[in-house]
Amino acid sequence: MTRVWTYGDDVNTDQMFPGKYTYTCSTPEEIAPHLFEDLDPAFAGEAGDGDVILAGEYFGCGSSREHPAKGLRHVGIRAVVAKSFARIFFRSAINQGLLVVECPEAVEAYSEGDEVIIDEERGVVTVGGREFAFPPYPEKVKAILAAGGLQALLKRS
Amino acid sequence: MTTNANTKTFAEEFFSRRLGREVRPGEIVTAAPDVVLSHDNSAAIIGNFRKMAGEDGRVGYPERIVIILDHTVPAPSEKHAANHALIRGFVKEQRIKSFYDVGCGGICHQVLPEMGHVAPGRLIVGSDSHTPTHGALGAFACGIDRTETAGLWLQEETWFKVPRTIRFNLEGELPRCVFAKDLILTLIGRVGAAGANYRSVEFAGPGVASLSIDDRLTVTNLAAEMGAKNAVFPVDEAAREWLDRMGVEYDPADIVPLSDDADFEAVHPVDLAAIEPVVALPHQVDRVIPVGEAAGRPFDQGLIGTCTNGRLSDLREAAAVLEGRRVAEGVRLLVLPASEEVYANALLDGTLAALHAAGAVVLNPGCGPCLGAHQGALAPGETCLSTANRNFKGRMGCKEAEIILASPATVAASAAKGVIADPRETICE
Ligand code: SF4
Repeated sequence: MTRVWTYGDDVNTDQMFPGKYTYTCSTPEEIAPHLFEDLDPAFAGEAGDGDVILAGEYFGCGSSREHPAKGLRHVGIRAVVAKSFARIFFRSAINQGLLVVECPEAVEAYSEGDEVIIDEERGVVTVGGREFAFPPYPEKVKAILAAGGLQALLKRS
Repeated sequence: MTTNANTKTFAEEFFSRRLGREVRPGEIVTAAPDVVLSHDNSAAIIGNFRKMAGEDGRVGYPERIVIILDHTVPAPSEKHAANHALIRGFVKEQRIKSFYDVGCGGICHQVLPEMGHVAPGRLIVGSDSHTPTHGALGAFACGIDRTETAGLWLQEETWFKVPRTIRFNLEGELPRCVFAKDLILTLIGRVGAAGANYRSVEFAGPGVASLSIDDRLTVTNLAAEMGAKNAVFPVDEAAREWLDRMGVEYDPADIVPLSDDADFEAVHPVDLAAIEPVVALPHQVDRVIPVGEAAGRPFDQGLIGTCTNGRLSDLREAAAVLEGRRVAEGVRLLVLPASEEVYANALLDGTLAALHAAGAVVLNPGCGPCLGAHQGALAPGETCLSTANRNFKGRMGCKEAEIILASPATVAASAAKGVIADPRETICE
């Protein structure tokens, strides 16, 4: 059973991954247990494959660190759908292979228990049966997401 | 051009032209940058690049890569020196021509326009958060991360989200003794540090004509501190003159005009005549108050320089304020020309001699103390009155120190008084 985790506005990168660990934790395995430590202590233990995060405005504000995106991708978060994102977080999420969708209408429409489905091919978020459109990603971005990040995509074997 | 083009923002028009189709805000598109800028962080980027391309991998687009050493120059430690050596080796191996070593350049955001890498209509990405600076000359310029920079050494294109746009319409002229720094700090104070998050910011209106290119570069540089993805000024006669003087080659057809009728998210009218000298208090750039309210507050170090305010006009302004005065006892004043070019000009016209005579310490071009990695460190409990763009806690290396941001004239006038002072009292009485 996948879950929908809902948060408000201005979730900053320190709440998502405390700054004090930035130099001691760098692999996704090391990052995962500290995710959202100061925001929602239940998250790290319970979040799992296919879960969705719904958030308000300015998700990922604060200092620029790649850790939260890396960690969220590692635990299998399907997507973060927010009303808006901080720019650096949005960039690093895509480059780390984490699907991020800006769709304020979908976030507004959610009520507890609704199922949230993201179709990035068509550019549609479905919330409790109602569909909300977002501009679909170009092929090159889909390729980054599918490969699990830019580095993985460009790595020459 | 279709009539439709006039209803698009700069960002929308810019990417529509690049893609050869209409783009919408919020849409993600891919495009090939014309310039990929990095600085001392090229050492880390080389590491990322090697992971992607392998030990003997070649960069795909050497002609658009620009590497400028500025953050810690000359190297303050063996570790920094080793990073610089690594970058020099890579530049040679990969035949990257646009490399500005210690003594050949200065701060990346000053050198890039000075050396002709910035032109209207260019798509410029930089592995530095103040890359929006280059929109002052009509480019679309924004910051990217290191992994992405390494990616762009290898592959042609990257992705861009077409931003929504906030417009500032400037009217009138700044009063005497009020500067571009006061203007942009005031606007940041008004909209807040996240006020332009992920937005394209346009500065337009009749007031633009009264701002020099140096002024505009200061404004777009600090637009990053309101969260802007990019910031832009129209390419008017002053900009074209500046580009010609610098010998920059570009096709006038590449100039992307700014339209007043576009679909802006917000439009802020700005009366330049009403702007006053201000300071930004610790530890946020948007804690802006009139300098008068901070007057009398003691400080230990003044800093005039950085990519925000280290240009020739800034140094001249400071020298004019300090003429016939001296840096007060108990205060030290550091001056860093933003580039070798600025340094040479300030040397030739006597500006540096005047600053030196007034008791300032003139340092070599570079970022210097701005990021706390080189020169001019602060002790716990000390305050720096600085012309830089960031006053975050610990920014200059010491978490128990404070940084207050101001214009070069305010820093100079305050240095002469020994406490924070309104420059108008010194130079406009
Ligand atoms: S002067 Fe300061 S803000 Fe500008 S590029 Fe250098 S470190 Fe960054």
